Amino acid sequence: MHRNLLGIRGLAREDIQRILSRSSHYIKQLDSSDAVTFPELLKGRTVANLFFENSTRTRSSFELAERRLGATILSLSMQTSSLTKGETLLDTAKVITSMKIDAIVVRHQSSGVPILLRKHLDANIRIINAGDGAGEHPTQALLDAATLIEQWGSLEGKHIVISGDIRHSRVARSNILLLKQLGAKITVSGPTTLIPENFDKVFGVNVEHNFEQALRSADALIALRIQRERQDKAFYPNAEEFRNLYGMTAVRREKFPKLLVLHPGPVNRGVELDDVPMDGEGSLVFRQVRRGVAIRMAVLEWMFSTD
Amino acid sequence: MHIILKNCRIVDPATKTDKKDLDIEIKDGVIVKIGSGISSKDAKIYDLAGKVVAPGFFDMHVHLREPGQEYKETIATGTAAAAVGGFTGVCCMPNTEPPISDPYVVSYIKEKSRGSIVDVEICGTMTKARKGDELAPIGALVEAGVKMISDDGSAVHSAEVMRRVFEYAKMFDVVCTEHCEERTMTHGTCIHEGKISTKLGLPGYPSVAEDIIIARDIMIAEYVGGARYHAAHISTKNAVELVRQAKKKGLPVTCEVTPHHFTLTDEAVETYWGNAKMNPPLREKEDIDAIIIGLQDGTIDCISTDHAPHAISEKETDMMTAAYGIIGLESAVGLGLTYLVRTKKITLSDYITKCSVNPRKILKLGQIEIAEGHKANITILDLDKEWIFSESTIHSKSHNTPFIGTKLTGKAVGVVNNIQAAGEIFS
Repeated sequence: MHRNLLGIRGLAREDIQRILSRSSHYIKQLDSSDAVTFPELLKGRTVANLFFENSTRTRSSFELAERRLGATILSLSMQTSSLTKGETLLDTAKVITSMKIDAIVVRHQSSGVPILLRKHLDANIRIINAGDGAGEHPTQALLDAATLIEQWGSLEGKHIVISGDIRHSRVARSNILLLKQLGAKITVSGPTTLIPENFDKVFGVNVEHNFEQALRSADALIALRIQRERQDKAFYPNAEEFRNLYGMTAVRREKFPKLLVLHPGPVNRGVELDDVPMDGEGSLVFRQVRRGVAIRMAVLEWMFSTD
Repeated sequence: MHIILKNCRIVDPATKTDKKDLDIEIKDGVIVKIGSGISSKDAKIYDLAGKVVAPGFFDMHVHLREPGQEYKETIATGTAAAAVGGFTGVCCMPNTEPPISDPYVVSYIKEKSRGSIVDVEICGTMTKARKGDELAPIGALVEAGVKMISDDGSAVHSAEVMRRVFEYAKMFDVVCTEHCEERTMTHGTCIHEGKISTKLGLPGYPSVAEDIIIARDIMIAEYVGGARYHAAHISTKNAVELVRQAKKKGLPVTCEVTPHHFTLTDEAVETYWGNAKMNPPLREKEDIDAIIIGLQDGTIDCISTDHAPHAISEKETDMMTAAYGIIGLESAVGLGLTYLVRTKKITLSDYITKCSVNPRKILKLGQIEIAEGHKANITILDLDKEWIFSESTIHSKSHNTPFIGTKLTGKAVGVVNNIQAAGEIFS
C-alpha cells in the first residue's frame, strides 16, 4: 500500500517526525543564496494538482516542491473545468488519473473529498490533501509545527492560541490535531458564532472568547483568515468589530511583545493583523511560506520512498 | 387464484385478534374461509407454521420518482420493491417532475400503477408546483383521488401560505403532511449539527430547524380551527414532544418516523458515507431514545420509509453534493422487527398498528380486516427468520442504503392483495 496524506488524522507519529525532520534538511537548502540542485527523487513521476477551490500560495508551493524534486506536473483549476459541464467529481478524478498519474494533490470546498477519492481511485495513485472544506489541511499544520519547532526546538508545554473563524477552518482542525500531539496546549479564541458550542469537547482544547485573556499565557498566536463574504451570513457584524475584538493590532502587539505571530494567509491587513505584528519582529508569516515549500518537498519524498 | 394458508398466527390489531393455528382460504382475492383443517383439491397449499398473518402493511411516504426521474425508480420497480418488502400499499410523494400539483399527473400515476399488487395512493402538492407561494388546485387534486397533500422535499416556507393551505384543506378534510425544515437555518448544510459536524467541519443541519416548523404548523393548524396535520419523518426529541403536547390538547395531529431514524445516529456519517446522508439527517442517541418512547406511548403513529431512490453517482460524491435520502421499502420490516419488536420495545400488535392500521386511518383509506368475506390484503411475517440484507436481492432500481450487509431477525415473507400473491413463500 502506497502512502497517502489524507489528514493529520491517520498519520503515524513516526511519519510526522520524519516529515518534520526532512523539512529541516530542505529548508537549509532553500535558505541558501547559492544555486541549489535538489535530488530528482520524483523523476519519471507525474503529479496532478487538482484545485477545485481557488488557491495561490498552496498551489504554488506544491508546484515548486514537485518541480524541484523532478516530477512532471499537471495543474488544473477545476472550477472552470469539466465539473461545470456536468461531469461528476469521481469521473473527473478518474479521467485525470487515467493519464498515468502517480499522485494527486487535491483541494476541494467539501470536507472529506480526499477520503472519498482514496476509496474510489486506483490504489497506485497517492493522494495528498491540500485542504478539504473545513475538514483538514495537513501540510499547513505540518509547516506551522515545523516553523515553531525551528524557534523553540520543541512544542512540549508551549501554549498556542488559534484565533478567528474556527468554525470554518481546516487549518484550525489540522493544527489542533497535530500541535496537541506534539505536546502543545491549545486555546481557541473567536466570537461565539465562529466556534461551535461543542468545540472544546470534540477537540479537547480550551475556548476563550476574550482574546487578550487567551493571549495572557500564550507563546504563539496563529491568527486565521476571516472570510469577509461570511458577513452576510451574520457570523459577525463587520471587519471593524472583528478587528477590535480579535485583531492583532499594533496596540495589542505591545501588550504581548514575546508572542510569536503566525497566519496561514492570505492576510487581511488591518483586520487579523496590523502592519507591525505582520512585518515586525516575532512575525513568522513569511517564514511559514518558505517552510511550506520545504514541508511539501519532505511530504513528497516520504510519499515516494519505500522505506 | 385459489390458495390456502395453513397454520397461521393471525394478528389483527383492528379487531384485537391474535390467534394461532388457523387456516385461511383465499379465492379470487377474497378471504372465503378461516378455520382449522381447511382443505380443497384445487387450491395451492402453503404451510405458514410459525408465521404471522397481518393486515397488509402500508407505507405512507415513498418516492416512486415517476414521472420525471425514471433513472432512479419507476412505479413498476418501486411497487415491486414494496411487495417484496411486505407492503400492499404505498403513498407516493409529489416531488416528481412535473410535481403532482395537477390532476393529469394523478391520472398518469393511476394509469401506470393499474394492476399492481401494491395499491398506489397519491399525495398531491400543497402549493402550486411545490414553489410555496400559491395554493395548488387542492380541490381538483382531491377530486382526482389524492389522499394527502404535501410539498415534501421542502416545507412551505411562508407562514401565511401555510395558514391558507390549512384553511383550504379543511374544506376537503384532507391531511396536510409537512417536511419540517426551516430552510434559512439549513441552507448549505448536509449532516446533523452535533459532534460529528464539528469534528469533520461539515456544515450542520440543526435539530431546531425541524422543531420550529413543527411548532409553527401545530400553532397555525390550531389557530385555523384544527386542520389535520401530519408531521413527516420526524427525527428529533423536541419534535416528539411537540407532537405529544399537541395530541394532549386534542388536536388532530399525527406523525411518522423512519426506520433509519430509530436505528442510526450521525456517527454513521463519520466516514463521509453518502448513503448515511438524509433529510432530516441522522441525529443523536438521545433523539433515538425519545423516538422509541414516542413509539411506545403512541405519540408516533406510523412507521414510514421515506423510500428515496438515487443513482449511485448521486451518492458517491462529496458530502455537500450527495443527494439526500435512502431506499427503505425492502429493509423496513426487517429493521422494525429486529430493533423494535424483537427487543420488546413495542409489541407486535403495536408494530402492526403503526405499519398498517394507522397510516390507513390517517389517509382515510378504510380499514382492512382479516375476516371471512373481506378482501384478502395481508402481509406475512416470519419473526424468527435470520437474514442479511444484501444488495443482490434489491428490487428497487436504486441501491442507496446504509443497511446493505446488516444482519436482521424477522422478515416480511409474503403479501397478498388485488388477487395476487408475492414474496418468497409464494415463489
